[in-house]
Amino acid sequence: MNTPAEKTPAIVQPVGAGAPETAVILATGPEGSTERAPEKTFWSQLKASMAMFGNAKSATGLIILGLFALLAIFAPWIAPTDPNSQNLNDTLQPPSLHHLLGTTHIGQDVFSQLVYGTRGVLVVGFLATIMATVVAIAVGVTAGYLRGWRSESLSALSNVFLVIPGLPLMIIVASQFQDPPLWVVAAVLGFTGWAWGARVLRAQTMSLRNRDFIQAARANGEPLHRIILVEMLPNLMAIIASSFVGTMTAAVLGLTTLAFIGVIPVSNLNWGTILFWAQQNNAFPDYWWWYVPAGLCIALLGVALSLINFGIDEYVNPRLRSAGERARSMKRRGLNINASVTQVRTAQAAAATGGAASEGDAV
Amino acid sequence: MSADSQTTIDPTLVGTTATGTDRQGSRVPWRFIGGRAVFYLFTLWAAITMNFFLPRLLKGDAVDSFMARSQGQLTPAAEKALRALFGLDKSVPLWEQYLNYWNMLLHGNLGVSISTGLAPVGDAIASALPWTLGLVGVATIISFLIGTGLGAVIGWRRGSRLDAFVPVTTFLGTVPYFWLGLIFIAIFSTALGWFPAGHAYEIGVEPGWNGDFISEVVSHAALPVATIVIVSLGGWVLGMRNMMLTVLDEDYITVAQAKGMPNQRVLWKYAARNAVLPQIQSFALAIGFIVGGTLVMEMVFSYPGIGLLLLNATNAKDYALMQGIFLVLVLAVLVANILADVAYAILDPRTRQTEA
Repeated sequence: MNTPAEKTPAIVQPVGAGAPETAVILATGPEGSTERAPEKTFWSQLKASMAMFGNAKSATGLIILGLFALLAIFAPWIAPTDPNSQNLNDTLQPPSLHHLLGTTHIGQDVFSQLVYGTRGVLVVGFLATIMATVVAIAVGVTAGYLRGWRSESLSALSNVFLVIPGLPLMIIVASQFQDPPLWVVAAVLGFTGWAWGARVLRAQTMSLRNRDFIQAARANGEPLHRIILVEMLPNLMAIIASSFVGTMTAAVLGLTTLAFIGVIPVSNLNWGTILFWAQQNNAFPDYWWWYVPAGLCIALLGVALSLINFGIDEYVNPRLRSAGERARSMKRRGLNINASVTQVRTAQAAAATGGAASEGDAV
Repeated sequence: MSADSQTTIDPTLVGTTATGTDRQGSRVPWRFIGGRAVFYLFTLWAAITMNFFLPRLLKGDAVDSFMARSQGQLTPAAEKALRALFGLDKSVPLWEQYLNYWNMLLHGNLGVSISTGLAPVGDAIASALPWTLGLVGVATIISFLIGTGLGAVIGWRRGSRLDAFVPVTTFLGTVPYFWLGLIFIAIFSTALGWFPAGHAYEIGVEPGWNGDFISEVVSHAALPVATIVIVSLGGWVLGMRNMMLTVLDEDYITVAQAKGMPNQRVLWKYAARNAVLPQIQSFALAIGFIVGGTLVMEMVFSYPGIGLLLLNATNAKDYALMQGIFLVLVLAVLVANILADVAYAILDPRTRQTEA
């Protein structure tokens, strides 16, 4: 029951990592989790909507993310030395038992820098993502619930932010500040990162708005905040989660890129800062221990976030999960999934398709 | 199409009613074009307005930073003259500054760049833009074609060993552009010496349309393009594969196979043809990411494009140049989006049919 306005499939996905490809399928297709406990409360619904993290992919991603979070929280206990303490007797040392990942040009311990850098990445990354998600929910759900020009103008606003290239905007805004504090860096990242979530949430809210249970709630005279918080929000959790994860991936990449370029102050230690100093001091290509681990950490965090999103995707769109399994089980029985129809009459069918194929090639 | 008219022709090759409507429906989709045009004009207006207000709301003032650079050698009168030149005169009301700004833009005047000796911003950008457009254009097309094709095949052979490609390309997609670029320089340039490590061509080679210069440009662009393609490939592969899995479950695929249509035709003309539409729609977002990645690649490879210009402008606090670059990039992205819209209108008959 889609309104004509949302008939255009809203499947515009970020092509970066962890794109919530099919999260939107839910927005246009029928609702996946229709069976609901008879006595539903906000919390029981919330618990049910957390089921999307229950599969192996999501769990692996969450575990990796959790390990990084532990590293960030307990940095002072894990890091062997202060990340900024210099030791001019021990410069550019390769990895050893004393310095797990070697040292920099002024004898800083790279491993300690990496551990403290995790803190910089996660704090700014989460802060930026929370800001962006709050804006995305506010704009997206409002635009989805309203009708007419208000909805259209909010949608146009988020589309504008989708089209405008984010990185140059980030560079320009960040460079306006002399020595931006952390929350400003996060705000800049959030400012350029909310549009995708808003767009997906609007599409999903628009499809929810016309469902029977929302109509019923409205007919019962439930207040607007209750309709949005209790009836709608649990059904939006998968979309919110997947846009949260996608925004975080973009924020982490944006933050490390800005730090690498040197637009944000180097005093904010993160993985990009390590690469900035490595690049500035000609670490490439000889001092691999200085620049390889930081890049791998960014990629590992990105993979963890993508895994969480894959899990959510498969939860939302079961075809993604079942397609491969079904194909493999058919193969085990000696069947080919791409010839499913002709299985019964193998001999003639093979001849027939062979003939058709040769004709098809000739044309 | 009646059944007896097809007796001599193989029905699988004629196609269905959809093919017929597709051929008839070559009307110009004015409503689609109009809606998109309004949106692009609105985006352009929003970008220009943002460009106008950002430096005025924030601290970034081109004249202040120029005064700081000249370290007190300029008189207050010169500052006033500069303010008038930059359209930053604080005694003029904001709306008048805004109108003047538009007036300047409509005359193709983007202001003067303080980091390149007060040269016009337009000139600085014009000399850098072709390099960036070439890099982005070639990398985007290669990445889209390879990624979408690979995704279609992986989706078709679901459950096979090809599925292993998905995590690999995803991992490559989460690697930051600049880091992979640096690694590539370390491996292919410094260690193996196959490709040059930076710049668009060697100093001393005369630019021109001759074989030497073109091969220079190609070999210098190879590493940056390869990096952008590898990092951006994952998104296209994953998007296409997921869409294929959804499309392959549709009834018309089963029907096409039941008719005994050759697999190649079902794969490319039926499944991939429909699955590619969201890919083209996702172009709007992808191009922004790719442009961002290209800017950083240019900084890493010292490639003489917009990205390097932007880095230099940022370091010199040259706000006029930065804003000019932003505006040109927005324009370029909008043009790319218009091209994607044209492709979409050609590929999706529904955009044309709604006109009827």
